[in-house]
Amino acid sequence: MAKTLFDKVWDAHVVVPETDDTPAVLYIDLHLTHEVTSPQAFTVLKERGLPVRRIDRTLATMDHSTPTTPVHTLKDIEVVGPSASAQIRKMIDNCREFGLPLRDFDSDERGIVHIIGPELGATQPGKTIVCGDSHTSTHGAFGALAFGIGTTEVGHVLASQCLLQRKPKSMAVNVEGVLPAGVSAKDLILAIIGKIGVDGGTGHVIEYRGEAIRSLDMAGRMTVCNMSIEAGARAGMIAPDDTTFDYLRGRNLVPDGAEFEALVSQWRTLVTDDGAAFDKTVTIDASQLAPMVTFGTNPGMVTAIDQPLPPRPADGSWDRAFDYMRIEPEQPIVGTPVDVVFVGSCTNARLPDLLATADVMRGRRVADGVRMLVVPGSQAVKREAEALGLDSVFQAAGAEWRESGCSMCLGMNGDTVASGKLAVSTSNRNFEGRQGIGARTILASPQTAAASAINGVVSDPRPFLNQA
Amino acid sequence: MTGITSIVSRTAVLNRADVDTDQIIPARFLTTTSRQGLGSAAVADWRYRDDGSEDPDFVLNAPHNQGAEILVAGRNFGCGSSREHAPWALLDYGFKAVISSEIADIFRSNSLKNGLLPIVVKPDFHEQLLAEQVTLTIDLAARAVTVDKPSAVAVPFEIDNFSRYCIMQGIDQMGFLMEQMPAIEAFEAQRGDTI
Repeated sequence: MAKTLFDKVWDAHVVVPETDDTPAVLYIDLHLTHEVTSPQAFTVLKERGLPVRRIDRTLATMDHSTPTTPVHTLKDIEVVGPSASAQIRKMIDNCREFGLPLRDFDSDERGIVHIIGPELGATQPGKTIVCGDSHTSTHGAFGALAFGIGTTEVGHVLASQCLLQRKPKSMAVNVEGVLPAGVSAKDLILAIIGKIGVDGGTGHVIEYRGEAIRSLDMAGRMTVCNMSIEAGARAGMIAPDDTTFDYLRGRNLVPDGAEFEALVSQWRTLVTDDGAAFDKTVTIDASQLAPMVTFGTNPGMVTAIDQPLPPRPADGSWDRAFDYMRIEPEQPIVGTPVDVVFVGSCTNARLPDLLATADVMRGRRVADGVRMLVVPGSQAVKREAEALGLDSVFQAAGAEWRESGCSMCLGMNGDTVASGKLAVSTSNRNFEGRQGIGARTILASPQTAAASAINGVVSDPRPFLNQA
Repeated sequence: MTGITSIVSRTAVLNRADVDTDQIIPARFLTTTSRQGLGSAAVADWRYRDDGSEDPDFVLNAPHNQGAEILVAGRNFGCGSSREHAPWALLDYGFKAVISSEIADIFRSNSLKNGLLPIVVKPDFHEQLLAEQVTLTIDLAARAVTVDKPSAVAVPFEIDNFSRYCIMQGIDQMGFLMEQMPAIEAFEAQRGDTI
């Protein structure tokens, strides 16, 4: 029978099939873990006297609560406050107690968990990958089945390397045509969420297909898969191809030589068979897209930047969002004054994202009164960016250049947007208070964020690109 | 966990759609390493004013909603982050069940593992529940919700058999999973990947 990519990866990991009365036992190839959603799981293991069963399949780091200022000694973590620093210490203690290697502050390989997994080559096609973090969907860009789990399930995986799961439904998102100049993967996924809604993918695993997807680089594919959860989807996947294999070749945790080529031959079978059926199908024309920005308090409230905002729906369902954002319906969003610009997060903090940001900013200045924070996704991204002189571009423009971490995406480490201030952010969530109590967030691509920082108002990035 | 077979309570109605887990518990409270005591952080940014006092205009602070154990919320409740702190906070606040026409996947999974009943009902019945505060019986054994009114009929809901069994028995799922260890070891051996 013809199978989807998702079917193939799922089927290869079923330890015990599901029945009416019991879920499937699904094997997990790679478990990513961090300081926020693991402490209570480690406590359960301790209470039951259980070890971490597969240390070799567990990759631990710290990213959410960590400072983005330099950490030379453990004293330097105190800037994040007593509770966050205690959580960091707890992670260090738990990893030591369970014998788990930790990408700690002294590690060159530290960074946001969804950035370092691919960077190290731990993320590979056909794997099942989980993490106590909803943006685990990122790793689906490699043709892995990757999804976020809660802390109870983190405990399940630590103890057994398996999860109890019901098989989700499947959904195809076909993206035909090619993205126009100045329109990025971020704009594409925002447009997709706008089309299908923040619950359009609930209960489903999305496979992104079509010419526009095939022509994205791995960073772009990760940006798309990353925000699958913002459409409610369990996971997002893209079939692996030469772009994927070229990205992985030579990375630390993949084999080399003939062994790698043998893996590539297997990975090439990870495509949806002709005639395989999806439970749901959506098609989008990439060639018609413009840069996208959100205007409300969920990622589905999104508009093309060059269009006026939609009117208030008659049922009042958007009134609260418009009032919170202090943005007027039926008006252009371009020209809205900006207080803060954040370039970072597991969505948009890879080297190509920083290159795109720098292309807009080179030789220009951040507008007076605007604070701009550029936070690389990992220490490796930071080093690569500095080797290319990008840090100088950002700092000469007046932006802050930081150590890696989740930072202002959710503000757990004290990098927050003040109440009432408006931030243009390359992150993934514009929920009320997401970036700080009372903070107002507009989600955008790195190019749009950079253009808005330069002009001090929400700005279409395309005129900047034409000048470059 | 103690077993739950039914819940009888007044409802508290939070008529907002797409309530995300950042609203259910804001990220600044996630620096805890415990699962206890999160009730005070539940829905914090809507419950409290800037000075930390309770906002009397927020619906869950209204006197008639005090002590309600069933939360009726708008469509797509619990979307966003995977934080299990969300059901922990709602349980510690005093809720035992959430009813909506749609509940986000990860929040639903997390709730089922902690004995917070995520009940998905059809849109027309959901509209009815959003319209007024009622007393409800959630009967887990019968998989049905009944409004405490003369002539009310039991409205069925779907719930995964296994999760329902675990909640009714008051057992967690880890025990069942660990009993699968021989199959897990055989799976690893077959893949040429033993410990």
